Amino acid sequence: MGKKLAVTGNQAIAEAMRQINPDVCAAYPITPSTEVMQRFAAFVADGKVGTELVTVESEHSAMSACIGASAAGGRVMTATSSQGLALMWEMLHIASGMRLPVVMTLVNRALSAPINIHGDHSDGMGSRDCGWIQLYSENAQEAYDNLIQAIRIAEHESVRLPAMVCMDGFIISHSIESMEFLPDETVKEFIGEFKPTHPLLDVDNPVTYGPLVLPDYFIEFKRAQHEAMSHVKDVVLEVAKEFEKISGRSYGLFESYRLDDADIAIVILNSAAGTAKDVIDVFRDKGLKVGLLKPRLFRPFPYEEVAQALANVKVIGVLDRAESLGGFGPMFMEIASAMMTNGSNPLMVNKIYGLGGRDFMPEHAEAVINELKEIMDTGKVKVLKEYIGVRE
Amino acid sequence: MSDTVEIRWHGRGGQGTVTAAKVLADACLSSGKNVQAFPEYGPERAGAPLRAYNRISTNPLRIHCPVTNPSIVAVVDATLLDSIDVTEGAADDAVFVVNTSKPPEEIRKKLKLKDTQKVFTVDATKIALETIGRPLPNSCMLGALAKATGLVDLDTLLEDVKGSFGSKFSQKIIDANLEATRRGYEEVNEG
Repeated sequence: MGKKLAVTGNQAIAEAMRQINPDVCAAYPITPSTEVMQRFAAFVADGKVGTELVTVESEHSAMSACIGASAAGGRVMTATSSQGLALMWEMLHIASGMRLPVVMTLVNRALSAPINIHGDHSDGMGSRDCGWIQLYSENAQEAYDNLIQAIRIAEHESVRLPAMVCMDGFIISHSIESMEFLPDETVKEFIGEFKPTHPLLDVDNPVTYGPLVLPDYFIEFKRAQHEAMSHVKDVVLEVAKEFEKISGRSYGLFESYRLDDADIAIVILNSAAGTAKDVIDVFRDKGLKVGLLKPRLFRPFPYEEVAQALANVKVIGVLDRAESLGGFGPMFMEIASAMMTNGSNPLMVNKIYGLGGRDFMPEHAEAVINELKEIMDTGKVKVLKEYIGVRE
Repeated sequence: MSDTVEIRWHGRGGQGTVTAAKVLADACLSSGKNVQAFPEYGPERAGAPLRAYNRISTNPLRIHCPVTNPSIVAVVDATLLDSIDVTEGAADDAVFVVNTSKPPEEIRKKLKLKDTQKVFTVDATKIALETIGRPLPNSCMLGALAKATGLVDLDTLLEDVKGSFGSKFSQKIIDANLEATRRGYEEVNEG
């Protein structure tokens, strides 16, 4: 078994990157993910990894260099946050459209304006439609475990798509928590050798990446990407099973917490899910059947599986740490879509919380559960979408 | 959650308060506990009041938010006692460890502590000046906190104080900090 240490989330990610030892890493530092690259750059300078570190002048260039290196035939990684991801946006589509298994850590942070460096999910949700696999992580342990598994998922021959691993800025990235590291050799063996497919540097077999494709073929390319995405769920579960063998930690498409007999469910991502679980235990002790669903794989979204897990629930509260101004929160839209697939028709409400790093306190979870109970008892939803933990 | 110890540190930027919370986490981890250590993030300026937090538990820690009802409060800078309420939300049986030259009875009175709450004092700044030669009270405070709370034994703490300096510092500085930790442990006063 591995070593237990107290580290920041960023440190956990940098260690995972050291163990993965990618061929190329192109990055431009941005708060709160800066420490990832700071530490990884030290590993490069100290010869702890063989990675070619490309320091660039912007995140757009960082992703562009990642795309070039990946198409050339290398295993490629990077990390960013917020505006950095926003600046990468057009290149994110290029990476997924070219089917390049670049793996990126996204340390979630609010998007400006007003400028804010703290954690919310507006960056990750804003890149929802970019064709990347997205895995979300509750704590440093999950972020570390997800990053190692993301390599296998992205590079799987039936997938070959870029993947991002998300964790909360500051709350996880800068907080120190105890977690367990796997031995270097175990990680090396688990991820295996990178097998490039159609690398540009294979000059004997020349290929073209990113050509002009007009209406006569474009939709076929997208259909192929859709097909690749449809394989991800199975690969995620297969990789998780193998990961459990080396780590003892089990992962699924999402985490169900005390959900089996629940009347009331909370759906919530990342670090706030941990706080909510503690509160759920308190309500359970009082006899209220409440549970929690924490999505892990957000893209592709496991609609049928989520619907099945929530099939017997009477009331669902979906908590979003991101806004789709003028719409419901992005997680609410997914859960509402999921519930449509099995025809169950639970009462649902959407709560927007924690934007710009506003703390999610146990009292917030408590108030939501109390409201969900009232909705269950009366059968009435007063407000469908509402902000919590806000001054009005 | 009752087996979780929650600690709130009050200090000023530049005194090593955040480092102290980190070293305490390492020492408790070495003793087999699950740990968290994190500061309150804001504009970081030398001299500005700041808070840092620890959670120490035999169970896995899932909660991710600031500590609002601490069972231990460590005050690294006594001048904060005049400007902020360090007792806010403190548990009825909370333990206060304060860096001050004043006796515990005086601090108890000043903070209007409940009879069920305990207070310990240590002149950490003086000890730091005598050992390290600079007013950096954090190592000494760690020693005092270990003695006052029994969270971690002195030998484990000394190992982790030593470990926190890595290879960047001279043996002289490391030895001075170990001495400050030891003296904090020995010279803390209960009242």
